[in-house]
Amino acid sequence: MLRLERRPEASQMMSYLSPLIAIVLMLIGGLLLFTALGKDPIEGFKVFFIYPISDSYGVSELFLKATPLMLIAIGLAVGFRANVWNIGAEGQLIAGAIAASAVALYFYEDEGAHILILMVIAGAIGGMLWASIPAFLKTRFNTNEILVSLMLVYVAQLLVSWLVHGPMMDPDGFNFPQSRLFDEPALLPILVEGTRLNLAFSFAVSALLVGYIFMYRSFAGFQMQVAGFAKDAARYAGFSAKRMIWIGLLSGGGMAGLAGMSEVAGPMGQITEHVSNNYGFAAIIVAFVARLNPIGIFFASLLMALLYLGGEQAQQYLALPSSISNVFQGMLLMFLLGSDVFINYRVRWKEAIA
Amino acid sequence: MTSAANGDQTLRLELNGITKIYPSVIANEDVSLSVKRGEIHAVLGENGAGKSTLMKMIYGVTHPDAGQMKWEGEPVHVENPAHARSLGIGMVFQHFSLFETLNVVENVALALPGNPDLNELASQITEVSNRYGLPVDPGRLVHALSVGERQRVEIIRCLLQNPKLLIMDEPTSVLTPQAVRKLFDTLRQLAEEGCSILYISHKLDEIQELCHVATVLRDGKVTGHCIPAEETPKSMASLMIGKELPVPERGEPAELGEIRLQLNSLSKSSDDPFGTDLKAIDIEVRSGEILGIAGVSGNGQQELLYALSGEELVDNADAIHVCGKASGRDMPGQRRLLGMGFVPEERLGRGAVPRMSLTENALLTAYHADMLRLGMIQFERISAFARKCIEDFNVKCGGEDHAANSLSGGNLQKFIMGREILLAPKLLVVAQPTWGVDVGAAAFIRQRLIDLRDQGTAILVISEELEELFEISDRIAVIADGRLSPAKMLADTSIDEIGVWMSGMWETPAAAGVDANA
Repeated sequence: MLRLERRPEASQMMSYLSPLIAIVLMLIGGLLLFTALGKDPIEGFKVFFIYPISDSYGVSELFLKATPLMLIAIGLAVGFRANVWNIGAEGQLIAGAIAASAVALYFYEDEGAHILILMVIAGAIGGMLWASIPAFLKTRFNTNEILVSLMLVYVAQLLVSWLVHGPMMDPDGFNFPQSRLFDEPALLPILVEGTRLNLAFSFAVSALLVGYIFMYRSFAGFQMQVAGFAKDAARYAGFSAKRMIWIGLLSGGGMAGLAGMSEVAGPMGQITEHVSNNYGFAAIIVAFVARLNPIGIFFASLLMALLYLGGEQAQQYLALPSSISNVFQGMLLMFLLGSDVFINYRVRWKEAIA
Repeated sequence: MTSAANGDQTLRLELNGITKIYPSVIANEDVSLSVKRGEIHAVLGENGAGKSTLMKMIYGVTHPDAGQMKWEGEPVHVENPAHARSLGIGMVFQHFSLFETLNVVENVALALPGNPDLNELASQITEVSNRYGLPVDPGRLVHALSVGERQRVEIIRCLLQNPKLLIMDEPTSVLTPQAVRKLFDTLRQLAEEGCSILYISHKLDEIQELCHVATVLRDGKVTGHCIPAEETPKSMASLMIGKELPVPERGEPAELGEIRLQLNSLSKSSDDPFGTDLKAIDIEVRSGEILGIAGVSGNGQQELLYALSGEELVDNADAIHVCGKASGRDMPGQRRLLGMGFVPEERLGRGAVPRMSLTENALLTAYHADMLRLGMIQFERISAFARKCIEDFNVKCGGEDHAANSLSGGNLQKFIMGREILLAPKLLVVAQPTWGVDVGAAAFIRQRLIDLRDQGTAILVISEELEELFEISDRIAVIADGRLSPAKMLADTSIDEIGVWMSGMWETPAAAGVDANA
């Protein structure tokens, strides 16, 4: 008789192995899916995972797509480590994009580096403001931050929709729901000539570095980890729970807002209704696959970005619907949660005692 | 001796080579034990020696991996507690299994087979409780009962099924000395009627007073048998821990200094519907003294400790003064900065973070002892501190990098006590300082507390172990139902008096007028 048995101590090895197992299971699931859809699984695999990054432009696109994921995931990880569950990064990203776009449009046809700097600041503050709503409600009224932050995503989506249909709509845009295309001074400089990879990528790498130092070297990061592992111990030690809720939500919100800014000032060059590509939700999966570790976030973001690119290729070459990316993301998360069971449990063959 | 057991030669219970292996630990190894009719048989051993596991196997809660059990001469495999009860085995657990929102009869009915008539059952309960001197009102709700009364309900529940063997797991840890004596009378009466009793305890004086024979367990193995009446507590202790028992040295009370902790009529209602409200508690602890607070658990100790540490704030800042500052509204971190150290009752999850290393757990409260620079952790300093803690307090562990939850409860307790003591606080508040540590380590910890007092720290100890409080305290007070008795100098009181006070009765003429700060 097979049975699950609690391990005496959580398995360190399994907690790192589990994301890899999840990735392998996701790939197997993908192959089965392709077969079931009547596609050649090997060809499907190549289209999804090899072709998108088979040339240097593809690789630059991979890093471009990974940039917002890294930014958001590191910001969220800071809060997740303290069990502050900000599920609304998608909305905070939109809020940051709106704020940055407002700056860009205000300074339309203006010159100077201050525009971009102000956009970065506005983006981060926009995201933080949006995240401060669940933070305030939780610290003041003990509301559930998961629900509040998630519901605010839909508010933000409606808000941006209203803005691009109204105040922010391009006056010369034939009533398309989108803003003007930003001027050159309101766009992030390109890092590698001939690609779309821009300065935001170096923001992301810096954010990972700062996040690493915060999490593993700073006392504030230690306090947040204590709160995540054992709430009563944090209270006993005298760490302020409210401060951690604020830090957790504002870091996630600020980074998501910055990601929003990097989208409108980067590959999009304007703000539209579809300013986010579900990055705010995908980054949650990234953070968990990465075990909330900054180095892990770097690689998990690349993997997730590959799923985005692969999904686009699959639409093109395999005539599969665009939701194929979501299916892969979903499989990854599901398999991760499944194999995480084995961090605390192991399977034993147990004979019944006669 | 085993007078009641002489008539019949058949053993009531016989265990042969019982072994139980858990994933990380061998709980019992090759344990053999036999219990005669009408015998009160002690199973003696320290925390973690495997006593409770053995009893759970007899009661069918878990099953042995090897070995044989015989019941009245017949081999038997106890499937589950219901099966055990049908054989005539009853068990009173250390932690009660009663539904607080139901009344006594309903709780008893739940444990009985079938669908008993509640009125009839109530009269049976009254009958049994009269016969064995276990007064309990069948109609009362359990949450309104005292701990001693709850235990009576558990015992009555067992007795209603006319058990032939009654297992009592650490029954006295929650009782006042007077209630213990009553319980012993009941148990003796049962034994005389032929019921066998397995009595689990680590309290040597009780075993000596009550039990006919004793089996000693250490590290899951039987290390000896003895007849308690022929032993001394000291000789049984060395059987139990495998070495001689050290006794702490206590000098004369030190010169009393400034007031380090002052509670001014602290009242606080509990958030927990079954918690205890604190009622106008006055405490004064000076530099260089140890104030002990005795009491049966659940009488407001938890609530008092939360209020002292700052984990729960009180409305009136003036109600609590820490080192001269009104601190009732201060967070725990602020109180630590004033010089207060604190050891909570729960080690894992409150006093320490289970998944974090001992180094990180040292940082948990040592952070203000020059362990940070510009908000960054100085890892070398903190791991040096953790190493010192491990060495000084003889913490058995794999090293300072190992997680707190890899330590045994006693060793973690030593680490936490060490951490707080090494921080040399001006005021130290300790709950159950020696919970779960072996007898030798307990003596060592008590000695360190006394040394700390001699260096001028004010210490408040809340403990359920009266012997411990009498060993280390300069003054002693009792908490009962959220009220605190006046504190008495140790020389002016006795275990008996404190025992009476533990049931809340101190407003006798003898107690009135005693100067709390003599």
